Amino acid sequence: MNIIVCIKQVPATNDVKINKDTNTLVRDEAQSVINPFDTYAVEEGVRLKEATGGKITVISMGIPKVADILKECIAVGADDGILLSDRAFAGADTLATSAALAAGINKIGDYDIIICGKQAIDGDTGQVGPELAERLGIPHITCVRKIEEIKEDYIRAQRMTDFGYEVIECSLPAVITVVKEINEPRLPSIKGMMKAKKAVIPVWTADDVGADKDKIGLRGSPTKVIKTFTPEININTEIIDGAPEEQAHKLVEKLLQLQIKVPV
Amino acid sequence: MMGIRIIEENCTGCAVCIRACPFNAVKMENDKAVILDNCTLCGSCADACKFDAIDFQAERGTGMGDLSSYRDVWVFAEQKGGIADSAVFELLGAGRRLADQLGEDLAAVLIGNKVRPVAQQLIAYGADKVYWVDHPDLEYFNDELYADNLSYLIQRYRPNIVLLAATVYGRSLGPRVAARIGTGLTADCTGLEIDVDTRNLMQTRPAFGGNLMATIVCPDHRPQMATVRPRVMRPLEPNSGRSGHILRQQAQLKQDLKTRVLQVVEEAGETLNLLEADIIVSGGRGLGDPKNFALVEELAKTLGGAVGASRAAVDAGWIPYSHQVGQTGKTVGPKIYFACGISGAVQHLAGMSSSDIIVAVNKDPDAPIFKVATYGIVGDVLEILPLITNEFKKALGK
Ligand SMILES: Cc1cc2nc3c(=O)[nH]c(=O)nc-3n(C[C@H](O)[C@H](O)[C@H](O)COP(=O)(O)OP(=O)(O)OC[C@H]3O[C@@H](n4cnc5c(N)ncnc54)[C@H](O)[C@@H]3O)c2cc1C
Ligand SMILES: Nc1ncnc2c1ncn2[C@@H]1O[C@H](COP(=O)(O)O)[C@@H](O)[C@H]1O
Repeated sequence: MNIIVCIKQVPATNDVKINKDTNTLVRDEAQSVINPFDTYAVEEGVRLKEATGGKITVISMGIPKVADILKECIAVGADDGILLSDRAFAGADTLATSAALAAGINKIGDYDIIICGKQAIDGDTGQVGPELAERLGIPHITCVRKIEEIKEDYIRAQRMTDFGYEVIECSLPAVITVVKEINEPRLPSIKGMMKAKKAVIPVWTADDVGADKDKIGLRGSPTKVIKTFTPEININTEIIDGAPEEQAHKLVEKLLQLQIKVPV
Repeated sequence: MMGIRIIEENCTGCAVCIRACPFNAVKMENDKAVILDNCTLCGSCADACKFDAIDFQAERGTGMGDLSSYRDVWVFAEQKGGIADSAVFELLGAGRRLADQLGEDLAAVLIGNKVRPVAQQLIAYGADKVYWVDHPDLEYFNDELYADNLSYLIQRYRPNIVLLAATVYGRSLGPRVAARIGTGLTADCTGLEIDVDTRNLMQTRPAFGGNLMATIVCPDHRPQMATVRPRVMRPLEPNSGRSGHILRQQAQLKQDLKTRVLQVVEEAGETLNLLEADIIVSGGRGLGDPKNFALVEELAKTLGGAVGASRAAVDAGWIPYSHQVGQTGKTVGPKIYFACGISGAVQHLAGMSSSDIIVAVNKDPDAPIFKVATYGIVGDVLEILPLITNEFKKALGK
């Protein structure tokens, strides 16, 4: 089975710091990591390969430095990494990102399943997976928490919903996006790290993948950010003092004044 | 040619551009600005530069040309088993306001099986029109079929704005349809306004786990599409006397369907659905031990509420992931949210800060949760929580 995993590089910090005066990111933490959700995507790819044989290619659209992150994926079991990098890709929103990835994936050619993370933690959109599927003309399943069965041209999976889960089947090739529940990513092996060290990551430009310049990058992005700002938190917190019993009593009195309806 | 370039003769090294860049993509080298690889061509630096030292020619796409034929605000009426998702009424409330401002109609798109009664309800909540598609094959939400039907209607009637709830379904259907139409989609919006000058929809949403808000427009493509975070917008009071048009539409079906939904399982479990609960009691690492979740459950039970958790509690294996609230868990907006032994990391706040009332119990007076709490109690959660539960039991005669 030929597996493609899409990964994105995101800022590394746990708490992204924002400069309140300028509404911009504080830049001392320039380090970047693989999007946490994408580690589950890579792991699921590796498990599928272990179960069915075949090959995993990880692909990312990003700046040249992203090659290092693709190598990390090789260290945990991916076979190849491909980097789409070109000024022409810059400024992409999700629609333009999906166009670039679709062009890259079409150049890779032979694939059975494409795995994405549920969402990227910088933009939090979760849109690239379904948009990519649409561009490739194949079905998709979002929020997959378990692959129940996979065969040459068919997958049956559990999708997490807002109220539980559902079991969906679709034909392959398809795109799935995965949630954290699906697996526990492994650490790199020594052998993997050696392989990663030697790996060469090809860099493909927009011309290399024959991307339509009107569909990628800023030109291909219908949406435009016009303003960024720090969220205002204007809450006057009332701290309730006293001995614990008193605190509890006062709190409950205040809350009961709200006339909440409590089902009996 | 699209690009960005520093005109060195003009650059004074003032570093205004560095502060203006939201992406850390400018640095100073020998007192001259240098644009880095991760530049996204947003143009903020060029706008900020006072010395015309940044040559910025980012050519935007030409878009769809004449947009004047696109009219009306649409809401996708997500439903399950003939019951509309509560977020749909919120979207109708928001959509009504936008439509009135634009002088356009508000329409709902209702897709399902035997869902006619929902149409009436959508009108009561503010819709002028309901595009109603009904067929046994549309019983369950199916990405492929629903995308075919919604895209077909959009192509046929050309709405100006299309709103979907940012639910699991909405966030799967929205991008599929946006890509088919070739228009922009803004995810998980918490604010929607019409720009008075351009009449464009200004869509505001949190990014970076709620650390930064961004306002996004889709100036040259239609429809302007957005998924909207549940529990942020307010529904109108329903008025069953309102009149509107229910317009039945032919279902778009196909023989060679690639996707099938085999089974739909509700996993409410012991607790109420987090998304629908009016009261949520959440526990974090401050509980110290999995068995102390019983204290959280007891208060939730007393108040008929649901149990939530921070990621730290979930990662420790104290409670299943389905209870996780936050950026990577669920987004909730109850009337009262109790945060018990939760520090209030931004990723947690991202999922609960739109709650009406937030009560925080934490032994650390400097815990960030107190910055968003309505009521704060500094103290030991293991001691305070049972006391609160008891007070409620007394007051409610339980
Ligand atoms: C990409 C990403 C996504 C994330 N997504 C989420 C998410 O969706 N949801 C989420 O919750 N987190 C998320 N996190 C994690 C988040 O950053 C925090 O690590 C997490 O919320 C902390 O959980 P906590 O508050 O329970 O634990 P801690 O931060 O350890 O806080 C425990 C608190 O309990 C208090 N305490 C300890 N003992 C007592 C006591 N006896 N009585 C009273 N108070 C006590 C402490 O003072 C402390 O404030 C995410 C992180 C990342 C990087
Ligand atoms: N630039 C990118 N390169 C490769 N994959 C991406 C990129 N952006 C997003 N993805 C994939 O799409 C998923 C959802 O991202 P997003 O829609 O940005 O939240 C991620 O988890 C990745 O799997």
